[in-house]
Amino acid sequence: MPATITESELEAITADKVVDARGAACPGPLLEAKKGMGSVPVGAVIEIWSSDPVTKSDIGAWSAKVGHAFLGVIVADGYERVLVRRQK
Amino acid sequence: MSDSLSLVLFSGTDDKLMAAATLAAGAAAMDRPVNVLLMFWALDAFRADRIATAHGLAYDAARSRPTEPVEKVGALPWLETFRQAKEIGEMSIRACSGSLDTLGLDPTELDPIVDSAGGIASFLMAAEGGQILFI
Repeated sequence: MPATITESELEAITADKVVDARGAACPGPLLEAKKGMGSVPVGAVIEIWSSDPVTKSDIGAWSAKVGHAFLGVIVADGYERVLVRRQK
Repeated sequence: MSDSLSLVLFSGTDDKLMAAATLAAGAAAMDRPVNVLLMFWALDAFRADRIATAHGLAYDAARSRPTEPVEKVGALPWLETFRQAKEIGEMSIRACSGSLDTLGLDPTELDPIVDSAGGIASFLMAAEGGQILFI
């Protein structure tokens, strides 16, 4: 899923909530993301940290199905930060 | 067309139950209603007195393959995954009343994650229009 914003714009976003799912395998990070999204208001951004490389595409598919905005991925040291904005 | 996912669970080994729990939790996260029907050995695996013990692996896995990584984790991952699926989404787990009868089990002997005992017609009604998988 292509990110709609540039990398520097992505870096500038401060997430309202960080969900640290590092070390968890599929479907762990997705379930943690779903739970985390339920705890923030519409319009807020959550950031899912995952060391599982499939998480970003899974979160992209989930966002498209459920109706959230997939913002993009920032590569960190040994994990990825996946940013999603709650839309509904 | 319903976007529900219905799983008929027949096998009671930890590997197949983990695969089923992963599908159930994924679908629940995607806001799809999930219906689970427990029959035979899958139903037996949900007995409250034995649910946390190991339930073995599918026969086809047990040939010349290192099974220890799966064996050592036992039932806890799939049970926890089913619990999370319930927490985040809409999922019902029902015990097939015919299998309860065959196995000589009472619904009160099952883990509380099982919502109810039910017949095949009510399961098929709940599953109608969506996808049904047999595992």
